[in-house]
Amino acid sequence: MPSSLTLEGGGDDWRLRIAGDWSARALAETRIRLDDLPRGLAGTLTCDWSAAESPGIGPAWALLERLDAVGGGRLRIRHVSAPRHVAFLEGLRDRERTLPPADGARPTGSLAVLGRWVIARGGDSREFAAFVGRIVAVLARAVRRPRSWRLPSITRHIQETGVTAIPIVCLIAFLISVIVAYLGSQQLRLFGAEIFVVDLITIAVLREMGVLLTAIIVAGRSGSAFAAEIGAMQLNEEIDALRAMGMDPVELLVVPRIIALVIALPLLTVVADATGLLGGGLLAHYQAHISWPQFADRLRAAIAPTTFWAGLIKAPVFAALIAVVGTYRGMRVRGSPRELGRQTTIAVVQSIFFVIFADALFAVLFVRLRF
Amino acid sequence: MTTSDAGETVIRVRGLVNRFAGQVVHDGLDMEVRAREVFGIVGGSGTGKSVLLRTILGLHPPTAGHVELYGRQVGAMSRAERAGIVQRFGVTFQNGALIGSLTVAENVELPLREYRRLARPALDEQARLCLAMAGLPPDAAGKYPAQLSGGMAKRAALARALALEPRLLFLDEPTAGLDPISAAAFDELLLYLHSQLDLTVVMITHDLDTLFRTCGRVGVILDGKMSSGTLDQVAASPHPWIQAYFHGPRARASRGERDG
Repeated sequence: MPSSLTLEGGGDDWRLRIAGDWSARALAETRIRLDDLPRGLAGTLTCDWSAAESPGIGPAWALLERLDAVGGGRLRIRHVSAPRHVAFLEGLRDRERTLPPADGARPTGSLAVLGRWVIARGGDSREFAAFVGRIVAVLARAVRRPRSWRLPSITRHIQETGVTAIPIVCLIAFLISVIVAYLGSQQLRLFGAEIFVVDLITIAVLREMGVLLTAIIVAGRSGSAFAAEIGAMQLNEEIDALRAMGMDPVELLVVPRIIALVIALPLLTVVADATGLLGGGLLAHYQAHISWPQFADRLRAAIAPTTFWAGLIKAPVFAALIAVVGTYRGMRVRGSPRELGRQTTIAVVQSIFFVIFADALFAVLFVRLRF
Repeated sequence: MTTSDAGETVIRVRGLVNRFAGQVVHDGLDMEVRAREVFGIVGGSGTGKSVLLRTILGLHPPTAGHVELYGRQVGAMSRAERAGIVQRFGVTFQNGALIGSLTVAENVELPLREYRRLARPALDEQARLCLAMAGLPPDAAGKYPAQLSGGMAKRAALARALALEPRLLFLDEPTAGLDPISAAAFDELLLYLHSQLDLTVVMITHDLDTLFRTCGRVGVILDGKMSSGTLDQVAASPHPWIQAYFHGPRARASRGERDG
């Protein structure tokens, strides 16, 4: 039988007949009945539970809450043939009133949001600066004390971030330079200057694309791995355990990763440069019909002494940025698995942003230096 | 709540066998839990207490044997039947198993949203009820599981288990990792809920104080089988593990407390 609520009486003597299905399963329906109760009741209210079928706890709680709302404290409530848990729930309500209420919601105006954002950013920047400072301190100590170079750890990370990244770096460098060479030769053909496609790919690959693509791939691959590895250790209290044993997690976990990446990324860049030139050369040969001796000639002419180094010199800087951001984000993980995912995402986004920003600075610098 | 199910068998396990990669965990285990009792499962580490619980819950298909919940065979239920049965029991896992990305209140609301189709004001009100039943202060509602102490997390897990008003509660080591005062408070809370809400409770526990304080009957897993009975019946068994367990120095302290 569907639930029903009948309110009888008047003045200051009311009677509420509770009937039908008041089980927990019917909670959604019984709450609709409760909304029909008029506000502003006063006096005595007798709740008659005798016709209620298997009344549940949730619906009974909802009824008590609603009676509180419509009575506004001026209603005395009695229960007749009530299930045992009604008294239990009233006891709970009495006890709840003695406890401190939940904290009020935080202010939500746009100014408050802006303020919180600024405070969070400020704290973040300060912590990042402190983190970089700790890295520098550890490096300075390592220079004086060669024993603190963690060679096994460094080689493992070179293997993981460098050697295993070679296939994907080669594939991407090859394909991108083929695409650039193809589009470039189409345009240059209009001017009858197809031969200059060699200059185009040489300068593009060596100066910019080789190192930038590699850095972005490594940021996605290894920056995220650094953040996730260290973050998971942070969640598992492994970092605290290291600290408690008197070991410095920056020395043990952060610096080896940075050194490894600073070594691995330039090497990967050389590999990317080589496959990029190969891809461009193949396209120039088969699509633009430039013979191999011709290609080699132009290549030699295009490579000014600085072209190769202008690209490669950026690689260790990018590597340091990626590794510092990744490890910093890992160390920032606190508390929940969701935080781990969030910090890993931030690690990748921020390190790619920093890499591209640094690349822009390099471009301006090289122009000024005529490098 | 009706009282017609007194003494009815809620869980019946017959001839349960569980084998993992050649290792036999359960070897013809029988177990029976009657309505409205507090049944404790004990056994040494690695005797398959948690596996038994997971088998009863239908989370782990047994190698052989027969498991019944409310007279229906676990594992042979249709989806609809299973959804109905699931709403009749609540579970807390060893480490709480609260969803880390949801607040305590949202954790409690999760089953209510799924099975009761409630909207916002009703959800808040019911979540407050569950927190109050589990003895949590109202300001715990907005916290994330990572911000809770061990005792609070256990209570939050209990609040979530109570959300659908189960008749049957499974607790996996509810007091493990709690300080004695919190553990004792949890025992009292459990006894209180048990007496007020006519719950049937099945719990795995290593905590002798909890065992002596709350459990009417216990089942000991020994050599892949279970011997069960009242505490005194089981403790009288001559098996060396039972003797060591129930008559060791820690047990004497706990029993002394109960008898004194």
